[in-house]
Amino acid sequence: MKFVLDEKKVALLKECIARHKQKPGPLMPSLHDAQKIFGCIPIEVQKIISEELNESVAKINGVVTFYSNFSTEPKGKHVISVCLGTACYVKGANEILQAIEEVLKIKPGETSEDGMFTLETTRCIGACGLAPVFKIDEKVYGAANKDIAKKAIEEALKA
Amino acid sequence: MATCGLTAGAKAIYDTLLQEITQKKLDNVDLTPVGCVGECALEPLVEVIDHNGQKTTYCKVTVEGAKQIVESHLCMGVPVKDLTIDNFKKIDGAPLQVRIALRNCGVINPEDINEYICYDGYKALGKVLTEMTPEEVVNVIKESGLRGRGGGGFPTGLKWSLCAKNKSDQKYIICNADEGDPGAFMDRAVLEGDPHSVIEAMAIGGYAIGASQGYIYVRAEYPLAVERLNHAIDQAYKAGLLGKNIFGSGFNFDLELRLGAGAFVCGEETALMASIEGERGMPRNKPPFPADKGLWGKPSVINNVETFANIPVIILKGDKWFASMGTQKSKGTKVFALGGKINNTGLLEVPMGTTLREVIYGIGGGIPNDKKFKAVQTGGPSGGCLTEEHLDTPIDYDNLLNLNSMMGSGGMIVMDEDNCMVDVAEFYLKFTVEESCGKCTPCREGTRRMLEILDKIKSGNGTMEDLTELEELALFIKDSALCALGQSAPNPVLSTLANFRDEYIAHVVDKKCPTKACKALIKYFVTDKCIGCGKCKRNCPVAAISGDVKKVHKIDSSRCTKCNLCKQSCPVNAIILV
Repeated sequence: MKFVLDEKKVALLKECIARHKQKPGPLMPSLHDAQKIFGCIPIEVQKIISEELNESVAKINGVVTFYSNFSTEPKGKHVISVCLGTACYVKGANEILQAIEEVLKIKPGETSEDGMFTLETTRCIGACGLAPVFKIDEKVYGAANKDIAKKAIEEALKA
Repeated sequence: MATCGLTAGAKAIYDTLLQEITQKKLDNVDLTPVGCVGECALEPLVEVIDHNGQKTTYCKVTVEGAKQIVESHLCMGVPVKDLTIDNFKKIDGAPLQVRIALRNCGVINPEDINEYICYDGYKALGKVLTEMTPEEVVNVIKESGLRGRGGGGFPTGLKWSLCAKNKSDQKYIICNADEGDPGAFMDRAVLEGDPHSVIEAMAIGGYAIGASQGYIYVRAEYPLAVERLNHAIDQAYKAGLLGKNIFGSGFNFDLELRLGAGAFVCGEETALMASIEGERGMPRNKPPFPADKGLWGKPSVINNVETFANIPVIILKGDKWFASMGTQKSKGTKVFALGGKINNTGLLEVPMGTTLREVIYGIGGGIPNDKKFKAVQTGGPSGGCLTEEHLDTPIDYDNLLNLNSMMGSGGMIVMDEDNCMVDVAEFYLKFTVEESCGKCTPCREGTRRMLEILDKIKSGNGTMEDLTELEELALFIKDSALCALGQSAPNPVLSTLANFRDEYIAHVVDKKCPTKACKALIKYFVTDKCIGCGKCKRNCPVAAISGDVKKVHKIDSSRCTKCNLCKQSCPVNAIILV
């Protein structure tokens, strides 16, 4: 998947950065916005942020790569995140992850060739009472198992 | 309608109820979404409170059930017996629970400031601004004996007084809502169910230490909490409870939200401040402590969400009332998130000094499927596991530390006989290895070496020397790491080594995993029960199974990939793990 810099989105990002600059500590909120607008923060976007905030690209890159929620690679149309928090782990989250890996033929951190799915493992999302859980985009599936995961993937493909 | 409820489908239930109530023109019914009630396993929940105050709780409500509730209970006043909580829960642990931090969770609509105000909301802020000096506020918190609920247990009043006595043109008060411990969701419940209590407490803290600016640093993984906090902050500004000249007292206080981005280490206070400043979230040496030199070099106080949630109540009911609960050195209550192999998963709040047995068997309702209790992990990746013999220990900060565990944020994960403790230790260590920020060598390199040794043990190549080395490394890292993440990272290994050494020895000497959890140490075996139907043979992806029809089949261990498909497909349970 190739990343294309869209002028409209760039203008939107610059607006956000200008707003954050009025307060101390503008970098993190700007990065969150960049991730929201572009879906990821590749080097092209990092350069824009570095110019707007008058910081070196090296520093911006250092911060982007430190935090696991910021991605420098474009993601698939749907993002599947399997929670590997403790409660989910002791209730068999690994089996769900393996089942999804088999279906999509990708490992965590990878995107399927058709660009439909990115598989991720996520840190605890706080729905431990319904462990094990996984998410497809923003929809959370609780008390999950292999079959629920396979069905959810099929549903996402139809959507 | 917190994360757990919504995951279980609460939105559809709410919409159904709304539709039915509107259709049937039931003007005498108020429908309100509330935050976490603490019964996560039974969601979606619907509570009906009749006009005489009689409360009925319905569990695992379906769309059909919601319609039944409206028709029977709301229209005719007859509760739907089959759906009430008594059918779902064996034991009611309510008498043990005392709700202070969670007082409004599941009671009020978190998106309506007026409901919070009806429940004494912002009364404490009014009281401190109009009747008390900052010193008096600090003293009340000191006398109450409140200790940091983030897990460390530092006396909150002392922290405030250290910052209050520093002179500075600008000070900051920060709420640590970066609840990173896997298996802990107390802070999420408070933020989603009662956001105003945190906002009010931060303003009180700001007044006490002389800070006019507050920051809430919240995890990006909690989108609903972020949404509700933003909404609550807007409402508080509109009501004049944040901003300039609050209650006409001349006190100004601004509050802002800052989002984390998925770094566990940012729960450490100095790393959290670095993150707000827009740096990589790495801890620094202490001293100087944040109370002297914190955010942007100014004196700052950082408290956890649950610590803040206690503050307004302490102000209103007094320090003596708060100090009357709990143990000698740990006052008040503690919220725990109970998860893992337990019947009633959920959120609970009990006085300090309650025993593990009361929590696990009383409120938690014991272990599912009549399995045997093995251990409970408290304090997440920084804590340790406690066993059968510790069940009657009163839970407080000092007792848990003495048992090589720690209070931590309050996650409690229960494990049964099927969980391998070496595997559990590896799970936690993997987490800390991934989350180590890399600044100090003991944590960056040391925990990775420990993980390698654990992997070696799990794969059946471990030796007794490895166990000694693992322990030495663990103690060394504990002594030499820069921040609490590294210092406590070896805890899960040390506590499983102390309590379950026999399991480690089984892995090392007998090359067996007693619970059959470590794949490298198990073999699939067909017993004489086999009827020779051939299902396993057809299902095996690597053709490792041979045998004739109606004869006992055989598995070739050298080819078997341990995918478990044969065991699942066997109609007579003839395949076992050895």
